[in-house]
Amino acid sequence: MFLINCPFCGERDQSEFSSGGEAHIVRPKQPTELSDDEWAEYLFMRKNIKGIQFERWNHAHGCRKWFNIVRDTSNDKILSVYKMGEKPPVNYK
Amino acid sequence: MPNYRIHKTEYIDETKRVSFKYDGKTYFGCEGDTLASALLANGIHLVGRSFKYHRPRGIVSCGAEEPNAICQIGSKKDLTEPNVRATELELYEGLEASSQNCWPNVKFDIGGINNFISPLIPAGFYYKTFMWPKSFWKKVYEPLIRLSAGLGKSPTEPDPDIYDHKHVHYDVLVIGGGISGIITAKMAAKNNLKTLLVDDKKILGGSTIYQNNEAIKIDDKLSSEWLKNEIQEIKKLSNLTIKIRTSIAAYHGYNFLLAKENLTDHLPEEKKKNKIRQRLWKIRAKKVVIATGSIERPLVFNNNDRPGILLSNSINKYLDYYGVSCGENIILFTNNDSAYETSISLHKKGIKNLIVDLRKSASSELIKQAESLGIKIYFNHVVTNTFGYRKINSLEIMKLSEDGNTTVGNKIKLSCDCLGMSGGWTPMVHMHTQSGGKLDFRDDDQVFLPKENSEDKISVGSCNGDFDLENIIDKTVNKINKFLDIDNQDYQDTNIICSKENDKRNIWLLPNKIPLGKTKCFIDFQNDSTAKDIKLALKEGFRSIEHVKRYTTTGMATDQGKLSNMHALGIIADTAGVKMGTLGTTTFRPPFTPLAFGTLVGRNVGKFFEVVRKTSMHEWHVENNAEFENVGQWKRPWYYPKDGENMHDSVQRESKAARDSAGILDASTLGKIDIQGTDASEFLNRVYTNAWSKLAIGKCRYGIMLNEDGMVYDDGVTTRISENHYLMTTTTGGAANVLNKLEDYLQTEWPELDVYLTSVTDHYSTASICGPNSKKILNKLFPNLDLSDENFPHMSFKVDKIENINCRIMRISFTGELSYEINIESKYGNSLWKMCIEAGKEFNLTPYGTETMHLLRAEKGFIIVGQDTDGTMTPSDLQMDWIVSKKKYDFIGKRSLYRSDTIREDRKQLVGLLTDDPKEILEEGAQIVSDIKSKHIDMLGHVTSSYFSPNLNKSIALAVVRSGKTMKGQKLIIPMENKNINVTVSDTIFLDKDNKKLNA
Ligand SMILES: [Zn+2]
Repeated sequence: MFLINCPFCGERDQSEFSSGGEAHIVRPKQPTELSDDEWAEYLFMRKNIKGIQFERWNHAHGCRKWFNIVRDTSNDKILSVYKMGEKPPVNYK
Repeated sequence: MPNYRIHKTEYIDETKRVSFKYDGKTYFGCEGDTLASALLANGIHLVGRSFKYHRPRGIVSCGAEEPNAICQIGSKKDLTEPNVRATELELYEGLEASSQNCWPNVKFDIGGINNFISPLIPAGFYYKTFMWPKSFWKKVYEPLIRLSAGLGKSPTEPDPDIYDHKHVHYDVLVIGGGISGIITAKMAAKNNLKTLLVDDKKILGGSTIYQNNEAIKIDDKLSSEWLKNEIQEIKKLSNLTIKIRTSIAAYHGYNFLLAKENLTDHLPEEKKKNKIRQRLWKIRAKKVVIATGSIERPLVFNNNDRPGILLSNSINKYLDYYGVSCGENIILFTNNDSAYETSISLHKKGIKNLIVDLRKSASSELIKQAESLGIKIYFNHVVTNTFGYRKINSLEIMKLSEDGNTTVGNKIKLSCDCLGMSGGWTPMVHMHTQSGGKLDFRDDDQVFLPKENSEDKISVGSCNGDFDLENIIDKTVNKINKFLDIDNQDYQDTNIICSKENDKRNIWLLPNKIPLGKTKCFIDFQNDSTAKDIKLALKEGFRSIEHVKRYTTTGMATDQGKLSNMHALGIIADTAGVKMGTLGTTTFRPPFTPLAFGTLVGRNVGKFFEVVRKTSMHEWHVENNAEFENVGQWKRPWYYPKDGENMHDSVQRESKAARDSAGILDASTLGKIDIQGTDASEFLNRVYTNAWSKLAIGKCRYGIMLNEDGMVYDDGVTTRISENHYLMTTTTGGAANVLNKLEDYLQTEWPELDVYLTSVTDHYSTASICGPNSKKILNKLFPNLDLSDENFPHMSFKVDKIENINCRIMRISFTGELSYEINIESKYGNSLWKMCIEAGKEFNLTPYGTETMHLLRAEKGFIIVGQDTDGTMTPSDLQMDWIVSKKKYDFIGKRSLYRSDTIREDRKQLVGLLTDDPKEILEEGAQIVSDIKSKHIDMLGHVTSSYFSPNLNKSIALAVVRSGKTMKGQKLIIPMENKNINVTVSDTIFLDKDNKKLNA
C-alpha cells in the first residue's frame, strides 16, 4: 500500500487515490490528420515498463487533483511527484 | 488422573484451577496455561489424526508453528472456530475444544486404515486418483476427503462478535518482544522516537524469559533475570506503546502492516460478552525492526511423527515456563547445542534423560556442563526408528558412517516415553519476505537470512541468523544505533557470558538401512507428506520448489510449512545435487497465522457493509409498498405492487396508467453536474458528439458521450440555464465516472478552458410526471406558469415557485409521453412528491418504478447505456448517426468513429425484435442465430431488452445483431433450452413513431 505525496495535500494513503496509467501521452491536437495506425498508437499503446515509469494519479478521495509521479515499478518506490503541466524530472529520463 | 505438572513457575498460578472440555471430557488446568500445556499436564499427547494416513499425532511444539494440535473451538453454529492451534490458545474457564482431525474419534478411526494402504498413497495421490470421472468429485470424492481429512468446520451462522479497526502511525515499529525486540524498543523510545512494540504472547521476553542456565549470563545475572529488569524499565517509557497478544498478519509495501490484537479470546465466556473480540491495527511506521526470532527444526527420520515426539526446545519451555514435564524418561536427538540446555534443565528437575547427537563430537560450555552432570551422550549416532502406537515407548539408534551417508554397526534399542528433536534453527524471515525483501543462504548452518536491510526496515536477533546471546545483543545494539541514527549507550558496558557453539553437522534426510520406500520419514506433519513423496516428485520430473510443493502438498497446510519448508528444500537439493542456496524458497504470503474474516471486515457488517443512498422521497416509497432495486449504491423503487400483484402485473398496470393518464417517477438518482464558466459551451462541444454552441438559453438537448475509442460511454439531457451555466444529467450508475472523466480532460488535456464542474446529484430531487394528463397536473402545481407549447415547448426549461421555493422544470421525455421533470432542493423533495401525488389524484397519477420506466422507453426504442450497450457500441451501431455532428472538427472519440474496425458494416447493430407469437417474451441475454441445422452455428448477437408491452399488447425486444441494420423483416431464431423461438427483425421504435404523444 503506497504512501503518496499529493503535491496539494501531502502524504496520504494509496486508498485515497486512483491511478490513471502512463503519463505524458498527449492527446493529438489534430486527430483527423492521423492515420489509423497513428491514432491507434495514441489510443492503445502503453509502455508498461519494468523500472522507471511516469504515471498519472488522481487524488480522487481528496482534493481531486491530477498529478504525475515517477515510480520504479520493480520495487514500487515513488521517486518523484510533480504537478500536471510541469516537466518530468530530467534525472529519471 | 496423572499429573505431569512437576514444579512451580512464576507464570502458572496453581491456586487458580481452570476447568475445560477437550473432546467432550472435562479436565483441569491452571491460570497461565495454554490448551496444549494443560493437556500435557494431564498426560495427553495424542491430539489428532494425520491428514492422509490417519496416524496418531501428538503436540509437537509450543507456538505458531504447531502442525498437529489443531482444534475446533466451541460448538455453537455462530461461534465455532476451526484451525486454532492449542499451543497458542490461552486456557480459560469453560473452554470447549475438540480435536479437529479425528473422525469418528481420536483413539480409533476408519481412516487409520490408510496407514496400512499407504504404499498406495504416494505424492500427487490426489491428482492421480481423484481425477475421473468428473461427476464423482462433487458427490463422492470431495465429501469423502473432507469427512476423513477433517479440515474443520466453519460457523454456519453470522459471527455475532464485535471486531474493530484502528489506524496508527509510529516512528518505529518493533515486531517481536524477545530480547532483541526489547533492547530495540528501549533504544528507540529513549531517543524520542514514538515506538510500538508488538508481541503475540501475553508475556514479553521470548525464549530468554525462562532461560536459566548458569553458562549464559548477562551482567552476572541469569539472562532471564536480566531481561525481566529490562522489561520493567521499558514499561515506564512514555513514548513506547506495548501491545501483547498482538501478531503481525501482513507486511505490505511502504511499511504498511496489519496486526491482529486479541482482546477477549483468553477470557471466560461471560467476560467476553459485549466486548470487542479482536482489533485489526493498520500500522504505518517510518521504520520497522523485525525481531521475530527463530523456530526449531525437526529431524527427518523413520517414524518421526509419533505422539510424544516434540521439538526439544518446546520440551524445555513446557518444563521451565509451564512447569510441565513431557515425560519421565526422555531422549533428546539433536545436531546442535540447544538440546543440551533442555537436557540440563530436565536433569535439574530430576527427569531422566539422555542425548543422541549426530555430531562426531562437540565441545562448548553447555556440552561440558552436561558431561559433568553425567548425562549420557551418544555422539555420531542417529535415530533410525521409533515404536509405540498411541505414544512413543522406545526407539532404535545406530552409529553414523564417517561421511554421514549411511549407518554402521548394531542397532541399540532404548526405551523412552518422550523424544525431543532439534535439527537446528530456522530464522523467521516471513516478515522480511512479505515486505518484498530477498534472502541469502548461509551454508555454514544452512539458513536463509534477510539479504538486505533498507533504510526503513531491518532484521535483528535470531531472525537475522544471530543465535548466541553475545551476538544477539552486540549486533542488535550496533545495528539499531545506525538504523535509527542515534547514539544510545545503554548497553555499552553490558557484560555477556554465553556458550559458543563450535560444531555443526546437518543431514536433511537421515540415513537408514531400511529402503526409503518402506519408511515413514515425515516432512510436513500437517499435510502428511514424507521424504519419499519429495523424492518421487523429483523422479517424476518436478524441479521447481513451487511445483514440488504443490505436487506433494508440502508446506500447503494452515501452518504454511513453518516446520517443513527447509527440509523439503534440503532434500531436493541433496537429491538433485545442487546447492540449496540456488533453489530459492517458496513465497511466504500473508496472513502469518490464520485470520478470522470478522477481523478483516471490522465494523463493516450488516447494514454497514455498503453505503446506501436514498432519495428524499424514500420514505414515501417505503410507505407505499415499493419493491426496491439497487442501482449503484442507490435504492430505487422497482415497482409498486398493489393488493398482492406480482411484478409483471404491477408493471403492466403502471405502464398502462402512464400512457393512458399520468405516471410519476422518482428521477432524483440521475447524475447531475453543474457546469459553469466562459468556456462551458466549448467544453460541451468537445465532450458530446453533437453541437452545443447554438443551444439557446432555457433549452435542453440530449447528448451522447463517447470514450476516446468511439464507444458510447454515457448519455443524458443537458440544459442551458444561462449564458455560461449548464446543468448536465448523466445515467444513475455513470454519474461518478462521468465527473471523473470530465475533470480528467479539464485538468490534463484542456487546462486552458475556463470551466468549473460541481456534482449536484444529491442537492436536487426530481419528480418526473408523464402522460397525457401531465400538463393538467403541472397546471395545478404551477398555476401561474404558461404551459402552452409556444411558451414551454418540448426540450425547454422554466423556473417557477411552489410556495416560494424555486423549482427548475424541464419539459423532457424518456417515455415518449408529454412529460415534465420538476427539480427542487433535496430537503423539499418529499414535500414536492406528496404535492404532486395529491394534485394528480383526480387523474389517477400512478407512481411507477424503474421496471416500468424501462418498458416505456423500450416501446419508444430509447437505449439504456449499460443495458443495450456494453462498451463496444458506437452511435452508428445504435442507429443513432443523427447525433454525431459532421461539422465539428473534434470531440472525444471522433477520430475512432472512422477507424477500419468501427466502419465495418458487419458490426453488431441495435435492432428491434418481434416474436412471431406475440405472447412469447424473450429472455434478456439470449443468443440469436439464423440457422439451427448446420454443425457450426454462428452467434449473430443477443437480446438486450425484452418486455411485454401492455400498450401494444405484444412482446417487444431490443437486440444487437451482426449487420442488423440491413436485416429489417428478416426471420431469426432464438434457441432456448427447450424450444426455438422465431422472431422477425423490426424497427427499434415500436410505438408512436411520429412523436404525436410528446405534444398531446
Ligand atoms: Zn490532494
